[in-house]
Amino acid sequence: MSSSVLLVALIAILYTAGVYLLLDRSLTRVLLGVLVLGNATNLLVISAGGPFGAAALVGRAPESTMSDPLVQALVLTAIVITLGVAAFLLSIIHRTWTLDQEDDLTVDTEDRSVRRRLERDEQIDEDEFDTTGCEQTSDTDDDRTERSGAQA
Amino acid sequence: MNPAATLVESLLPLPVLLPLLGAGAALVLSGRPTLQRWVSVGVLSAVVAIAAVLVAGAAERPRVVTVGSWPAPLGITLVADQLSTIMLLTSMTVTLLVLLYAIGQGTSDDDSRTPVSIFHPTYLVLAAGVANAFLSGDLFNLYVGFEVLLMASYVLLTLGGTRSRVRAGLTYVVVNVVSSLVFLVGIALVYAAVGTLNLAQIAERMAAVAPGTQLTIHLVLLTAFGIKAAVFPLSAWLPDSYPTAAAPVTAVFAGLLTKVGVYSIIRTQTLLFPGDHVARDVLLVAALATMVIGALGAIAQDDIKRVLSFTLVSHIGYMIFGVALATPAGVGAAIFYVVHHITVQATLFCVAGLVERVGGSTSTTRLAGLAAASPLLAVLYFVPAINLGGIPPLSGFVGKLGLIEAGVQDGSVLAWFLVGGAVLTSLLTLYAMAKVWVLAFWRPRDQLPVEHPEDAEVNDLDLADDPDRRYPVMIGAGRGRADAESYSGALLGAAPAAVSDEEREAVALPRAMTAATGALVAVGLALTVFAGPLYSLTDRAAADLTARTPYIDAVFGQTVDTRVAR
Repeated sequence: MSSSVLLVALIAILYTAGVYLLLDRSLTRVLLGVLVLGNATNLLVISAGGPFGAAALVGRAPESTMSDPLVQALVLTAIVITLGVAAFLLSIIHRTWTLDQEDDLTVDTEDRSVRRRLERDEQIDEDEFDTTGCEQTSDTDDDRTERSGAQA
Repeated sequence: MNPAATLVESLLPLPVLLPLLGAGAALVLSGRPTLQRWVSVGVLSAVVAIAAVLVAGAAERPRVVTVGSWPAPLGITLVADQLSTIMLLTSMTVTLLVLLYAIGQGTSDDDSRTPVSIFHPTYLVLAAGVANAFLSGDLFNLYVGFEVLLMASYVLLTLGGTRSRVRAGLTYVVVNVVSSLVFLVGIALVYAAVGTLNLAQIAERMAAVAPGTQLTIHLVLLTAFGIKAAVFPLSAWLPDSYPTAAAPVTAVFAGLLTKVGVYSIIRTQTLLFPGDHVARDVLLVAALATMVIGALGAIAQDDIKRVLSFTLVSHIGYMIFGVALATPAGVGAAIFYVVHHITVQATLFCVAGLVERVGGSTSTTRLAGLAAASPLLAVLYFVPAINLGGIPPLSGFVGKLGLIEAGVQDGSVLAWFLVGGAVLTSLLTLYAMAKVWVLAFWRPRDQLPVEHPEDAEVNDLDLADDPDRRYPVMIGAGRGRADAESYSGALLGAAPAAVSDEEREAVALPRAMTAATGALVAVGLALTVFAGPLYSLTDRAAADLTARTPYIDAVFGQTVDTRVAR
């Protein structure tokens, strides 16, 4: 199997950009990240099909010079699936926007309550909470402002 | 070919086809809820019956259908071996019972004016995706099955579009999209290495691939399936997203979705990459961490749904333990454990839904005296809870004993660590279950602790963040809760407003939901009663899996394409 260096470089760039976007707190960027990662993976599948060749239409070219049509069928399926997921993500993001007028990942109330209980020190073993696998979002600042707002 | 064999083979595509056609019919019938319910129940009952026939049909040898008679690697192969059919029958039975539970919930909530007509079609699509994943004999078709069930699960998880569900849904969707992309990368690597995606052909050709390449592909696939099965450290998304969904949705997710990941790991380990020592050790360590950390997480939680989500993660570790050992005894015990766990975990989430209805909350800081208020509910919780904890003679004990025996037989240092971890996890699970029992069921109501008003929002997830409603939630939890429930009750899935203690006692158990939960408990007990025959069935399935040849021979016997020299 051989594949174009240019294609491999493009895949690498797309993966880098995609991961960077996916890790953002802004939901629109997360969506873009998913799309970029999806395209990177599609290119990877295409390059798994071997060297480029003629279009795989019977009678147009000798069979030995044709490119592999199976990977193209796979990618076609994958594109459709990515499109569906992107549409769903977009609708969720829109829903978040109508609820909060915010494009950021919202704070988990359960996390917030765990942190509050820790602050109140209700004889809760801190180590135990560290092993729960609960995501500890770094939103302490938001939380503080919100709490002071509630107290006021 | 004898007529019985053709019958079995012509039934094979139906578990995928019927729910998809049913989903279309249910969508068309969305204006007529009663008819829609009959369609869903009818379709899933038919699928359960077909799955039972397939279990009998696959007992002798795996059954294979090449869809549209296209030979592999171009066409899609459906394979029903013992593992697939056992998984299919168990999951479809649980799916059907949870559907009845959901219908009971919808009826008693009087959902005539709520926009949940999408529930039934989506639920059937989920069933089709699960069936497709179990029956697929092709790696890409497995991916498609995954995507079908995931797409349906995205919709079900965010049903109603409340704030907490949208937040949980986002995490869930993004995590699963990433895992699907990792899976797709794995598919690309497999195709580049062996030039086919048919599982049997991959199994034949993979031996010729360089060991380093094999290990890379193996670990990529395990990462993808590990995220879906919620194996530590890829499990953090699960307890974060499952508890917010409606009770029947969580129940069916807990029963099915992670188990599809476990199923894929079983296939990868036994069929595609047998005898890989690096991956074996990685899986064993991951299994140990999943068991112990999940169980510790369960103890730390206050909310019953979150406790159950953590025990779900924890017990995935048991299955991975058995699979990683890769001995017939280990794989057999793991399959038995999957069957047991699908049933018992779905039952417990259904019970949590009933607790929410009777007690008005699922938080152990707010619940008390449930055993006195509703003895039937207490029984429905108690039986699956001690089953999960592994009290003899229930099926949980049988499964754990089988796994521990397999670990002892293996005899390596790591396996002994896992045996210890399995026993410890069993105790910790029992502790978590007993904690819920003591606090929510046994504690007299007057011993309820005074709650901090700022914690109220945790239980009123949907409304606590709503600026308009924040104030009443903060000052009077009772009124806030009533608001929360009438609000979320209108969006499939919640308890009626139970404000005062007197009213709360007046809430009777809804008959249909209780009956469905009771049926699930009965299935769990049946697994105990028929543990002997079931265990010999899973042992035979494991023997076939570890031998590999029955599966491969069955596929090649059917496929016209036999170019691969053996």
